[in-house]
Order: sequence, then structure tokens, then C-alpha cells
Amino acid sequence: MTIGPGALSQRSDRDTTGGIGESTQRPDGHLKVTGEFAYSSDLWHDDMLWGHTLRSPHPHAAIRRVDLTAALALPGVHAVLTHHDLPAATHYGLEFTDQPVLAQDVVRYQGEPVALVAADHPETARRAAALIAVDYDERPLVHDESSATAPGAPVLHPGRTDHHAAHVPHPNIVHRQPIRHGDVAAARARAEVVVRGEYEVGMQDQAFLGPESGLAVPAADGGVDLYVATQWLHVDQRQLAPVLGLPAEKVRLTLSGVGGAFGAREDLSMQAHACLLALRTGRPVKMVYDREQSFFGHVHRHPAKLAYEHGALRDGTLLYVTCRIVLDGGAYASSSPAVVGNAASLGLGPYEVPHADIEALALYTNNPPCGAMRGFGAVQACFAYESQMDKLAAELGLDPVELRRRNAMRQGTVMPTGQPVDSPAPVAELLARVAARPLPPERPWADPAGPTAAPDLRELPGGLSNTSHGEGIVRGVGYAVGIKNVGFSEGFDDYSTARVRLEVVGGEPVAVVHTAAAEVGQGGVTVQAQIARTELGVTHVTLLPADTTVGSAGSTSASRQTYMTGGAVKHACEAVREAVLARARARFGTAAALEAGKVVAADGEVLATLAEVLGEEPVEIEREFRHRPTEPFHPRTGQGRGHVQYSFCAHRAVVEVDTDLGLVKVVELAAAQDVGKALNPRAVAGQIHGGSAQGLGLAVLEEIVVGPDGRVRNPSFTDYLIPTILDVPGMPLDILELADDHAPYGLRGAGEAPTLSATPAIVAAIRQATGLPLRRVPVRPEHLTGTA
Amino acid sequence: MDFLRPTDWAGALAAKAAHPDAVPIAGGTDVMVELTFDRRRPDRLLDLSGIPELRRWETGERTVRLGAAVPYRAVLDHLAGPLPALALAARTVGSPQIRNRGSVGGNLGAASPAGDSHPALLAAGAEVEAASVRGTRRIPIDAFYTGVKRNALAPDELIRAIHIDRATGPQQFAKVGTRNAMVIAVCAFALALHPHTGTVRTGIGSAAPTPVRAPDAEDYLTGALAGAGLWEDPRPLPEAVRRRFAELAATACRPIDDVRGTARYRVHAVGVLARRTLDRTWDAYTKGLTPCA
Repeated sequence: MTIGPGALSQRSDRDTTGGIGESTQRPDGHLKVTGEFAYSSDLWHDDMLWGHTLRSPHPHAAIRRVDLTAALALPGVHAVLTHHDLPAATHYGLEFTDQPVLAQDVVRYQGEPVALVAADHPETARRAAALIAVDYDERPLVHDESSATAPGAPVLHPGRTDHHAAHVPHPNIVHRQPIRHGDVAAARARAEVVVRGEYEVGMQDQAFLGPESGLAVPAADGGVDLYVATQWLHVDQRQLAPVLGLPAEKVRLTLSGVGGAFGAREDLSMQAHACLLALRTGRPVKMVYDREQSFFGHVHRHPAKLAYEHGALRDGTLLYVTCRIVLDGGAYASSSPAVVGNAASLGLGPYEVPHADIEALALYTNNPPCGAMRGFGAVQACFAYESQMDKLAAELGLDPVELRRRNAMRQGTVMPTGQPVDSPAPVAELLARVAARPLPPERPWADPAGPTAAPDLRELPGGLSNTSHGEGIVRGVGYAVGIKNVGFSEGFDDYSTARVRLEVVGGEPVAVVHTAAAEVGQGGVTVQAQIARTELGVTHVTLLPADTTVGSAGSTSASRQTYMTGGAVKHACEAVREAVLARARARFGTAAALEAGKVVAADGEVLATLAEVLGEEPVEIEREFRHRPTEPFHPRTGQGRGHVQYSFCAHRAVVEVDTDLGLVKVVELAAAQDVGKALNPRAVAGQIHGGSAQGLGLAVLEEIVVGPDGRVRNPSFTDYLIPTILDVPGMPLDILELADDHAPYGLRGAGEAPTLSATPAIVAAIRQATGLPLRRVPVRPEHLTGTA
Repeated sequence: MDFLRPTDWAGALAAKAAHPDAVPIAGGTDVMVELTFDRRRPDRLLDLSGIPELRRWETGERTVRLGAAVPYRAVLDHLAGPLPALALAARTVGSPQIRNRGSVGGNLGAASPAGDSHPALLAAGAEVEAASVRGTRRIPIDAFYTGVKRNALAPDELIRAIHIDRATGPQQFAKVGTRNAMVIAVCAFALALHPHTGTVRTGIGSAAPTPVRAPDAEDYLTGALAGAGLWEDPRPLPEAVRRRFAELAATACRPIDDVRGTARYRVHAVGVLARRTLDRTWDAYTKGLTPCA
């Protein structure tokens, strides 16, 4: 028997409508807090086998020979597959079809899948995988820009046919996006102050807690049903069907409980592998990665090297910016092209910059593949341009907030892509809000009872490790602000689908909402129900499980799901409401609205209950919702109306640095963000808190360390450190609601912007405390003590 | 994999004698990680969690006899008075869940240079009570650590208890990690003043192949304190003494570069921790206070 996710039935409290603007509770919140929620790793089928992936230990090697004999001979093993067993398409990918389902004659990164095992016990599968003898011939590798583009460098993907192949300067460059804006040469001649800087961002991991997992069940029709934790069911289906050699309708996906995503579930991980094993064995196959497999089994945030030059007048007015952003895409393209587009188009930050030359590119290397992670190209750029703004402020002797205010973008500002910003852009106000907050008390560790009392170690860098009782501690304050696009850009046909049924159950009207939107923890299930209540005047909403029997919802990424699937649910509800009102008008001659389970006339007179009007005949309507169309960026000039909407967040970080030991405690991380309209204020606050914490992680903790040998040094939570509760400070918020008239309810995507500015704000604060230039994140103790 | 689960100490010793390759497991906070990460697949585990005496402790006149499986939580809650450095170290171990299961005996069995207990044991002075069917012996803590993740136990021996000297003066333990909680040591330092013998002892973690003392620093400080009559007439330490002690402590390190930190940083940080722990302990001594964890 399969445990899948059930429908989520939600009823609002009697004293509220449970509509938009309220902080209604998550329908799955109680289950998650009490440990009852079924995640994809909890999936079970009595007849199931367990799948396991054999991965390459080498970052670049030819495969000379694979011997499966010993693995197949192990009792309990039901199948061992290599690329020879693939029934149809051999490659997949989000943008380019460049990634092998199973390695053929070459592996291009450490951890690349080489073979699959299905066995009756996970331990048996693991042992069988260890018995597979693979004869590798290691090859020279490329690991950075100079090695990837050197004369004679090994070309990782010869004979490229993707849509960027024709215009890249080197075959090891996935995509390159220049932007030419104004006349930089002329502006440079007028500049009174010029600051240059080179910056580096390490490889951050999404570090979700629920590892990749799912259950593939072969079906009687020759197809397969896949229950899986993912971010976009339909893009998985689109990639799986050709690999399985099945029509899309025979590859049915249902969303299972997702334990976090942050971009790491945009690419396929175990989906194709579990389906292949299930179809081969005729048995359901479950796959669950352990933590180490997970670190090798998903893409990471692109590490980046960024070189910037800012020219300004003495009064701080920015004249021009040039920048070059080099992103390491690793062995396969994943979403690197779109990350490049973001890094380039958002590379100047939320500022008025009349002249700019921008270049962003992503490399193919033998490092781990990098792709989507919260902030998506805008994070790396934000660290660099905000570091530059601080450097410029110091050069000019200006307050860093004042310099930013003087150059802040506003509604009407033209982006370097030529696209005007056509909705509120309250950059200066967000900065003013965080700057106006009172600073947290000094020496918070000191007991007010007196100097002899023991310090509260929790308030000090090093925490309970007892490194400081106040010795060496210096406080610093830093500011940053960022800009993130919302929704899919560059001409992508971005849409979502919702099917809404209004029916009577037990005498009461119930809205049944069905979408394929992946709930990854962001609260989409809460918001969709709130929208249905607001639009249909009901209290009881049932959300059907997300699956592929309804049209695509698009990805739960790019801060887009409340905008897009929220928009689709709104759109479908409006159509349902019109149909019900038309039915009522046919009966009563008039009907204007649905309110609190009643059909009412324009003057507010109650005509009938909704249940009476619906009777035995439910109304069901499916609608697609699209945001305004966008355009691709021109391949040479970067011009084009590429983005739908922008999202802005500002941070002020207060840090305490142990200057002797190089340890950092973030004391407070205040944020201000415009969300257009907070459909669920508590959920919005959660997004800002979570995004800020992830930005904090990048500032001082989180990095996948990859050696020049292409090997990962820390694929575990022992040494990949994410913030604990002692690392995450109080995060007071100002949430602005300045409507974007183009968006449903005026809302603005909220999930990513806080991840951008948290990092540079914290680093700016550490710089202020230490006087060190700090060009790289995460900042390590070695960087603060001269012992790198 | 065989799972041996004796219910008394004699049974445990017999099992270990019969199967010297059996890996002892108590709280499992180290062994289970090794198993999960597939770094180790022993043929036999010897589960000691069914032996209640290993979770008991006795506070004697001069020492505390700490059962090998007494969890860190108990050290922290009940033994901060007699064993202040060890209690401070216990407080830095992992998370509450780990502190409820992990034990000093387990730390000694694993003998990782990063084990949090070791610097505190070295500084306080301790003996490891090792037992086998052949008999019982006490191994001085200074002779216990023999290499990276190696100790002085014979293949048929188990750790029954640790005899740790009760504090007669202030003690401190401090550990550098790159996160403010739940972190493995980049380096650690413990210092214990022993006024009754006019000596000091130190312990360094994660900065050499094994946990080590800093003998030159100890000798220097012992001499400086005695020479100036500071034990009898406590006054603030001269800056030159504080600095020299820190320098000598740092020279005791033989660290490596790894993903957690550079060797240079470790040497530097041990010096900083040496100075700070000296300042805190000496300050407490001059005030006649013994700081509690």
C-alpha cells in the first residue's frame, strides 16, 4: 500500500474569514511540529525494493570497463543498471540536455551517477553497489576560468548543439551575457572618484533537511507512478518521459512531503533512476539519499569571482559601473544560463546607474554542478556591488546609508537592460527603515547584576565554547540592500494552472482547489486556501494533492508561486464565482457577490445560501494564469524587457567580533522589505527570517569546500555548518505593502530578496569592527586573524 | 554483524576477551556515525549500555571516579564543582541529545584528537581504569593517547572508569569552533591551577596528532609563580608572564591544515586561549573564587 499525501482540508476559525491578509495557520503545521508529517522519505509500499546509486569517485575520468558480475550475484539484488540499460533518451537537463542519466564513457564530476542497484534491502543495495567494479582512467581536469579556457584545455562537452553554443567565446563557457548601457568611456572621463574591487563567493549548499527521496510504482498500463519531493512536477515529467521512452501521460507524478528545497530540487536527482529500476524489475522502488549522497546528488549555488569598478562624482552620484562576474557552473549546465542572465541584469544592484558595461558568464568545469539556489545569481552580485558601495562611501567620506540613498533606484528608473521599473521601488525607504531602528544594547552578555557575575556566553562569539568573556570583542554595524527578479524571465512562457470546484458537502459549501504547485515549506497551501475563501466567500477549503492530472503550476522557485499559482487560483475562483452568480441571476434576476456562504445582491440583501444555489450541481473551472510577457536579453547588448517584477529588501547587521580569534556573533539582523501585499503576514515574516538566516550562513559559515583536485572536502553536516539557534540573532522586520498594480492583489514575490542583502550587511559589519577589507564569503576565522 | 549485549561487567570482559575485535559502543554518538557513513563495518559490536555501573560516579576525597558511560549531561549537571574544566568541556559537546548519550569513556575509546574531554582530563590529571579478564590497571592520562585515534588499551581491555583529580584551584576550558554551538573543535585548551602542589597543568585538543599537554608552558608558569611567591601572595600577573605562557603553549602545537582550519590559525588560537584561560583562572585564584561551569 502506498502512503501518499492526503488532501489537506482546512477550515477557518469562526471569528475570522480566513481570507487574504490574515495569518491563518498552516494546514500541515501541527503535523510537522509533532513529527507526524509524512515526508517523501517515509513513503512505503509493502512490495517495494530499494534503489541505490553508484557514483564516481573521480572528478574527471574515462570509464574503461564496468563489471557487474559480483553485484548481480549478491542474493537479494534484483537489478543492476548502467547506461547500456537505458531504454530511450540518455541525457536530460533543465535548459540544455547535457547531463547523462548514467555516465557513458566518461565522468565529469565527483559523484556522477554511474550505475544503479535495486535490492530487497537498502543495505543489500549499498553492498551490491560497492561490488560493482569500475575501471577508471583519470583525466586532467579543469577547475577554474584559466584552466577551463586555457589553450588545449579539455573540452568537457564537445559538439555542443544547445541554443547558447553559437555565441559563447569558448566551448567550456556555458553562457555569457554582456550588457552595454550608456557610454562608460565618456562617464569614466568625468568620474572624480573610482573604486575597484575583486570579490569571491564560495559554494553554498541549499542544505535542506529532507534528503532526496521518492517511490516509483510501475503501473499496469506500462507506465509509472512516481511519488516524489520536487519543486516542479511537470518539468520532472517533461524530462522523465523521453528517458523512460514513455508518453508523458504514462509518467504520472504526485508530490510527496517535501523537506525543504531552496532550488536544490529543480533538477532531477533520483527520479529517473527510481523509475528505471521500477520499470525494469516490475516492482515499486524506493530511493532515499543519505546525507553524503545528498551533497553529491544535487546542484549547489554557483561559486563566483567578481571584478567591479565604480565611478562617481565627489557628491556620491554614481556615473558608471563595470563588472565581470564569473560563475562556476561545474560539470553540467543545469540552470546556469538563467543564473547568468540574472547575475548580469541585476549586477548593478538597486541603484540609478546611467552607464554600465556588464559581463557575466558561467563555466563548465569538473567541479560539482551548480544551479538554482535561493537568490539565483543575484546573491553573488549583491555581495560584490554592496561591498563596492561601502568602499566608495569610505573613499568619499560619506555615510554608507547616505551614499546608497543618493543613488537609490525608484519607480521609473531604467535598468541597464533598458527596462523601466514600472512599480514601486522603495529602496531609499527600506534603508531608512533599518537605519532608524534603535541599536541593540551594548555588551549584551554582561549581567546587569555586576561585573563579577558570569557572562552570558550565549551572547558572545564562540557561544558556549567559552572562548570569550568579553575579551577581544569589537562591535560593528553594516548595511546592504538588494534587488531580485520575481518569476521566470527572459521570454519564458511562465504560467500556472488551477482547477477550482465549488460544491456542497454535508449541506455546506466547500471549495476544492487543485493545482500542481509544489509545497516545499513556503506556505503555498495556506495561501491558496486563503485566496479561495476571499474570492468565494466560503470557510471550508480542500486542497487536493499536487499531481500531474492537473496542468502545470510552474516551479516553486523564483519567488513566484504566490504570484503565479496564487494568481491562477484567484483567476479560477473568479470564474467559478461568475458561474455561480450567473446561476443565481437566472433564479433571482440579480446577484452581485458571494459573502460568508451567501449569495447577495448589490445592495447587500441575502438572496440565498450558496449551498441552495449550488444544490447538487457543483461548479468546476480550470484556468491558466500568466504574468506579463518578457523578452530575452539581446546576446550582445543585453537589452530587453527581461523581467516581470523586482523585489527589494534591506538589512542592517550588528555583529560582535572576537578580533583575537576571528569568531563572529551576529547580534541583530534587522530587515525591511516591500512585499506589495502580505497575503499571510506570518508566512511573509517566516520567509524573510529564513532567507536572512540563509544569507547569514553564506556570510560566516556555509561553504562546500572543493579542492583544486575537484574533490569535495566536507560532504556532511559535521563540516558543512549551517546556522544553529545560537548563530541566528533576533531579526526585527519592517514589512511594507506598496502594491504592484500588475500583480494579483498587488503582491510582490518575497522569498528570495532577504537572502541577498543579509550576507553583505553582515560582512560590512565585520569590516567595520575589524578594519579588514574582506573580499570573500564565507568569512573564516583565518581571514580575521591573518592566519589563512 | 554480531551484536553482543552483556548485562554485567564480568560478561563484558569475557565478551571482549573472546572477541578482541568487537567494537565497544555505549552512547553510540561516535560509533554510529562511523557506521552510518560507512567508514567502519566491524564484525561485532559490544554494547555496554546494559551495564548500569558504567553510568555511576563516586566523588571521593581526592578524585572523582567517573563510570565510563556517564553521559556529559551528568558531568555538566552534577560535577561542575569538583571537575570544573571537564564540565565546561561537557557543555561544548554537540547538542543536548548528544550530551545525553555521549560519555567521557567514549571520548577516550575513540581517542580522536578533537575529543572535547581530553584537554580537561590532561589539565586536571586523571587515570584511566582499564580492565580485562587478566585484571585491572590504571593508565595515567598522559600515557593514554598513543596516536591519531589510538590509545593505550590492549585489544582485550575495556574502559571501566576514569579517576579524575578533584579541582583544588581554578580551572578553565575553552574551545574554538567555527559555529557558536554544535561544532567540532578547531582547537581547544584547558588550564588547571593546582595550588596545593604549586603546579599548573594544561591540555591542548585538535592541534596535534593526539591531545597533548604544553610542558614548556607549564614549567615556565610554575616557575614564574613560585619564583615571585605569587601562590602565597596573589597579585596580577606581569604582562611578560602572560605573553610568554601563551607563546609556549602555542609552540606545543603540531597541527595540520584541514577543512576546519589552517595549522597557522590553530597555533595562533591556542596562544589566545592559553592567555585567556590563564587570565581567568589567575583572576579567580587571586579573588579566592573557584569558578563554576
